[in-house]
Amino acid sequence: MAEPVLEIRDLKKSFGALKATDGVSLHLASGEIHALIGPNGAGKSTLIHQISGSLTPDSGKIRFLGQDIAGLDMAARARLGLARSFQTSSLAQEFSALRNVMLAVQARQGTSLRFFRPVMRDRSLTEPAMAMLERVGLAGRAHVPAAELSHGERRQLEIATALALGPKAFLLDEPMAGMGPEGAKNLTGFLDTLRQEAPILLVEHDMDAVFALADRVSVLVYGRIIATGDVDEIRNDPEVRRAYLGEPA
Amino acid sequence: MRKVVTREAIANGSLALLLLAVPFAAIAMDEPFYVTLATRIAILALAAVGLNIALGLGGLVSFGHAAFFGLGGYAAGILATHAFNAEPLLLGIPATTSMPVIWLVALVVCGLVALPIGAVSLRTSGVYFIMITLAFAQMIYYFAISWPAYGGQDGLSIYVRNSFPGVNTALPLPLFLICYGLLLLGLVLFWTLRNSRFGAALQAARQNPTRLAAVGIAPFNIRLTAFTVSAMITGLAGALFADLNRFTSPSMLSWHMSGELIVLIILGGRGRLFGPVAGAMLFVLFEFALGGITERWQLFLGLILLGVVLFARGGLMGFIAGRERHG
Repeated sequence: MAEPVLEIRDLKKSFGALKATDGVSLHLASGEIHALIGPNGAGKSTLIHQISGSLTPDSGKIRFLGQDIAGLDMAARARLGLARSFQTSSLAQEFSALRNVMLAVQARQGTSLRFFRPVMRDRSLTEPAMAMLERVGLAGRAHVPAAELSHGERRQLEIATALALGPKAFLLDEPMAGMGPEGAKNLTGFLDTLRQEAPILLVEHDMDAVFALADRVSVLVYGRIIATGDVDEIRNDPEVRRAYLGEPA
Repeated sequence: MRKVVTREAIANGSLALLLLAVPFAAIAMDEPFYVTLATRIAILALAAVGLNIALGLGGLVSFGHAAFFGLGGYAAGILATHAFNAEPLLLGIPATTSMPVIWLVALVVCGLVALPIGAVSLRTSGVYFIMITLAFAQMIYYFAISWPAYGGQDGLSIYVRNSFPGVNTALPLPLFLICYGLLLLGLVLFWTLRNSRFGAALQAARQNPTRLAAVGIAPFNIRLTAFTVSAMITGLAGALFADLNRFTSPSMLSWHMSGELIVLIILGGRGRLFGPVAGAMLFVLFEFALGGITERWQLFLGLILLGVVLFARGGLMGFIAGRERHG
């Protein structure tokens, strides 16, 4: 097997007595969608934060594209090609949708210490950004400030900015959260095509989406992965049914 | 794109013309004092334009910009004193009374001082950032007070106003025009920076630093650059202020001055291109009009500031030009 794009080995993180991440190992192979499911408080977001660099693990290894990224901050990891979306949208609220995506395009092109050329007249920024908004179906709202977008639109905008980074892997933290059934269905179709561009580590509560999309599923309970396998294996795993799907064994 | 001439552009143009018109009207009415008042507005506005880069665009509430205002003032004062006494500076470098050279010195000195202050202060945020910038500025203030070579507590007089090639700077109107010209340059620089890639990153760092880091831009370098450029412009204004008053004093370095610059920006409109100009006009007007009636004019200024903070968050520019929109 080729080396995985992202590999996590024996990751541990405690908050006081709470073991939020308790020896987690998993990997993300190219071309796959690896879903991470688990009940509330299982430590899914904590894990994503450690991978993206906003939290420092107590111990364990994170390798991305064959490189140990433990010492890199969030911005440096993003520059390597690790794009993330946030559980609750995290956008530049006063900027329009277009300018949010342009920020990602600008970051991808290199240094931001450029002081003279106006960004709104820079077609090397506006055109790729507009193309990304078109891909997620947000082109008609390009000039609306992020703060004035609907919840679902902000989720789409998060995806568009992640796309604009031209990433080597996506970390998507509950992209469907708060979306209506129609929006969730559209986004499911969209993510399905996205795995060709870069593999996705997907944290999601929407089981329809997970079972429709995932090549592999890992189940996280109390900071530990209790099972990893394809959709059918997970559906039929008695321990998973007991711990998470809420059925008697 | 939207309309070419926005309400804000009209407001900006009107303010610029109004400030330019005041000294000419004053000369026509033979009231040269008002020229000095307009010059004071232009200089304070320029200082606030500098702070507006850090505070308005970057959300960095520096409570220590008086340090740079004062350093610019001392650059002018020290060079002028050495030149007046025909004493060379350190290492035999000759002093000068040429304004452009003094400005350059003020810019470089403030940049060199701001870089380490920023590098330390920007490791903190929020209240800690406010306090640490204040602490640095007060250190420089006490240093100036306790250094007798350049006047100590008494300050430093500039006996003959520094010179500008081809201009009689002793007359109030030419001096105003020099300050006004530099204010316009400062505004052009602010506008250019705001619209550039750097400005986009800086404003994103204010709105949501996590977002900026998530796309791969580390907020620290962006903020440090902003802080340094901001300090340099405020320092340039300090050099002009010393020449206007023909006097440099430690009070230029004190925390009152830092507070005054923040007040100008809040009055005028934080982050707005002409916010500092509107703020400086309002401030100097109050200082003059209310100051003539009562010594306690700052009490009334305080009440107005309270009103602005509570009811008109966008300041004067928000009031006359509406909310700001970003592309």
